[in-house]
Amino acid sequence: MTVVVAIGTRKGLWLARSEDRVTWEVDGPHHAMQEVYAVAFDTRGPLRLLTGVSSPHFGPGVSISDDLGVTWEESASPPIAFPVEDASLERVWQLQPAPASQPGVVWAGTQPSALFRSSDGGRSFEFVEGLWNHPHRPEWSAGFGGQAVHTIVPDPVDPDRLLVAMSTGGVYRTADGGKSWEARNKGIKAYFFPDPWPEFGQCVHKVAQHPSEPSRFYAQNHHGVYRSDDGGDTWQSIADGLPTDFGFAMVVHPHDPDTIFTFPIEADGRRFPPEGKCRVYRSRDAGATWQALGAGLPDNFWTAVMRDAMCTDTAPTPGVYFGSRSGEVYASPDEGETWHQVAAHLPDVMSVRAAVVPA
Amino acid sequence: MKVTVLIPGVLRTATDGASHLDVDVPEPATLGAALDVLAATYPGLDRRLRDERSALRRYVNFYVNGEECRRLSGPATPLPAGAEIQILPSVAGG
Repeated sequence: MTVVVAIGTRKGLWLARSEDRVTWEVDGPHHAMQEVYAVAFDTRGPLRLLTGVSSPHFGPGVSISDDLGVTWEESASPPIAFPVEDASLERVWQLQPAPASQPGVVWAGTQPSALFRSSDGGRSFEFVEGLWNHPHRPEWSAGFGGQAVHTIVPDPVDPDRLLVAMSTGGVYRTADGGKSWEARNKGIKAYFFPDPWPEFGQCVHKVAQHPSEPSRFYAQNHHGVYRSDDGGDTWQSIADGLPTDFGFAMVVHPHDPDTIFTFPIEADGRRFPPEGKCRVYRSRDAGATWQALGAGLPDNFWTAVMRDAMCTDTAPTPGVYFGSRSGEVYASPDEGETWHQVAAHLPDVMSVRAAVVPA
Repeated sequence: MKVTVLIPGVLRTATDGASHLDVDVPEPATLGAALDVLAATYPGLDRRLRDERSALRRYVNFYVNGEECRRLSGPATPLPAGAEIQILPSVAGG
């Protein structure tokens, strides 16, 4: 079995390959000097790698490879463009292929906060007006990283249902293919407002779902870790048992909807792992209890893991992967029990995705 | 009216390798009008120079006969006959 890990950084993309998920061959940089905030493997047909790239000089775009980085295709016309007068694309934060029942559909989340839909596998995208025209939009504000739709969770069955999350703004949900959207943040605290329980404005960092449990979501918030069992209508804290409720990443096991992974960070004002110890936390019971996983991971790790810099593969015993602001990437071949370094001394890692390469 | 546009090495993949392009600009000839003509032939170049609102990208400089256009009139900068437009990425990043 060959696994490939796409590592998007602030200065390009690296690709790591392994047969055993213990020793790795790393090649790169691809898209040198371009920020790669979004990477996605489209596994619905022949394996396709999609990257959201952004040159500080020459602007953002989407680059596609159907041969795992040997060649790249980027359209001459901008694949994502705002058709409005008061905004232009600053950065692509998320590329999310839809379920296999919707071949060719790929969603893109952008900065400024907007949603785009592709029906040609990511070559061109259409603006989703319904979210842009939401009456809340003028009140969405920019977090430290900018104002962006960074999370897109398509419903595994119903193509009209979709959940997005943004910083800041919170969670929004549509049931009509994007025409209308409702804020869905009840129970998620926004401690940084005078009223900490607003309808919207929460700084949700990541939302994850398992396709076999479409009404359940997990969220890592800007302080706060939550689960919803009713499709996002209400959220309950699952932070008890974690050393801190701050962090960016939230990942669901590919075969078990009760197993989730996070990378706790001490606090908004101290963005380091607790005690500087690099630890992944795993829950096997949907957030009721948590276990620290650190075999093979370092101490004195004074860095952080960003919202899209953690993922799993889909092997029978899934691998877990994460990368840090300090340019280190780690892999676990056994659901987080043991860890091995994939790469070090890369630029800041912003996005990590893994795929099993078809034989 | 004919002007010449000098293309930096890093963008020549978008101009089939050309280092300079002769552009026939309709009157009244401005920098923006010259870029509009270029965009019709080289859309992959244009998207790297301007965003979807045709605003000049912040970290790309456009020198008209040696003067950066933002010290002149930006995209509305008039072009004299035979003008040379030099495109250079600015010093930015880390």
